[in-house]
Amino acid sequence: MTIPFYVSPEQQMKDRADYARKGIARGRSVVSIQYADGILLVAENSSRALHKISEIYDRIAFAAVGRYNEFENLRIAGVRLADLRGYSYDRRDVTGRGLANAYAQTLGAIFSSGGEKPYEVEIFVAEVGDAPADDTLYRLTYDGSVADEHRFAVMGGSADKATAHLEEHYAEAMSQDEALALAVAALAAEGEGATAREVPSDQIEAAILDRTRAQQRKFKRLSESAVTRVLSSGG
Amino acid sequence: MTQSFPEGRLPAPFLAAGSSSFSEFVARLSPDLLPSSCTPLAPGAADSVPHGTTIVAATFADGVMMAGDRRATMGNIIAQRDIEKVHPADEYSCVGIAGTAGLAVEIVRLFQAELEHYEKIEGTTLSLDGKANRLATLIRGNLAMAMQGLAVVPLFAGYDLETGAGRIFSYDVTGGRYEEHSFHAVGSGSLFARGSLKKLYRDALTETECITATIQALYDAADDDSATGGPDLTRRIFPVVIVVTDDGFRRVPDEDIAAIADSVIDARMGRPDGPAAPLT
Repeated sequence: MTIPFYVSPEQQMKDRADYARKGIARGRSVVSIQYADGILLVAENSSRALHKISEIYDRIAFAAVGRYNEFENLRIAGVRLADLRGYSYDRRDVTGRGLANAYAQTLGAIFSSGGEKPYEVEIFVAEVGDAPADDTLYRLTYDGSVADEHRFAVMGGSADKATAHLEEHYAEAMSQDEALALAVAALAAEGEGATAREVPSDQIEAAILDRTRAQQRKFKRLSESAVTRVLSSGG
Repeated sequence: MTQSFPEGRLPAPFLAAGSSSFSEFVARLSPDLLPSSCTPLAPGAADSVPHGTTIVAATFADGVMMAGDRRATMGNIIAQRDIEKVHPADEYSCVGIAGTAGLAVEIVRLFQAELEHYEKIEGTTLSLDGKANRLATLIRGNLAMAMQGLAVVPLFAGYDLETGAGRIFSYDVTGGRYEEHSFHAVGSGSLFARGSLKKLYRDALTETECITATIQALYDAADDDSATGGPDLTRRIFPVVIVVTDDGFRRVPDEDIAAIADSVIDARMGRPDGPAAPLT
């Protein structure tokens, strides 16, 4: 009879966390910044078709880093949950907090269940409010823990350098263009040493949740030409 | 967001790959939310629920428009004077529904959710024909209710971004979908409205001319059909008109409709049957 190896629960969880963290660190970062009119999400993404940033509902957006099929799965689940809530109650009853909770429960259950491999993803759930003070930004990690972020947040890749750049240069109530230029500079700050690397504007995926938008749906993707215009104006 | 799930995490249907249809997803997860899940009524009970009446749609130079009167009836009773029966379906289309008002409103909400859901999941909008077919499926789901007297008959119109023109689709209760050209009407007063539009409609009408023609048609429908509401002058209640062009949908402001309705009524003070068409 073979005796199975004993692995302590601490070691098991640590192994799973290391596995997820390694997967996430391989990808490029996503930056989220609060600006005067809402929340800006910027990702470095070489694909035009496979998005890292998406609309969930009227005031809620989703951004993710890590393994594509896993966060795409979560994104679709989020859209389904939000649309179902909005249909069975009312559009105003769909909240970022509810969505973040559902994601946290799901990621947590997957992480600690023995049968499944942990998801190699990190997620932003951003919700724009009527005033800047009402904006919320949740950051969820692979193990289902939730952090409530303010002003700005970075996840994935080498988030530390981008965070340091934002700490230094972030200002309250920036315009959309200023926020976009800052976010791209933060992504570029990931480069080796002091020299920032170049991030081509056709590899920038950007979207905003704009509270001043007349439509009910506040999410808007920024076109490549709009991004190029802002970046080339040296903003 | 108070609904909780017994498993503590999102149930499997949420994470299942495949369908980008909202109604299919709801049918799998909680079918009781769908309008087709209503319990059938006793025979003859259909008269005791509100019914919406006449909807007209017409294409014009820049796109398409849809107008609906504001009356809902319950047998011989006027159930509501200011019901809205014409709704935007998404950015480039609108839907108006005649028939059982309660089911109609639910089907419109489901259809709106269906289109938005597809757009978010797939990252692209459905083609106009795709939208028209989805609506046919939703109407077919209501067939059992229709057979009990609770029919829902929609009119769907949208701006086709591929061909750059407005298009109109009509339906029957079994989900049959028919493309209409130039103009169409559904509901109890539709025969009169269609007859009226036949005489008034011309190709390449401007937006204002086309709104005037649809208001004339609704006036004629109200003139001869007791279930269609005419312009309510004392309460200032006028038809809802939605215009869809390549700029997207726009509900025409009530003041503009009121001005057009007033000029239509003024002219009818002189000639109650409305404008005369040339004999040849």
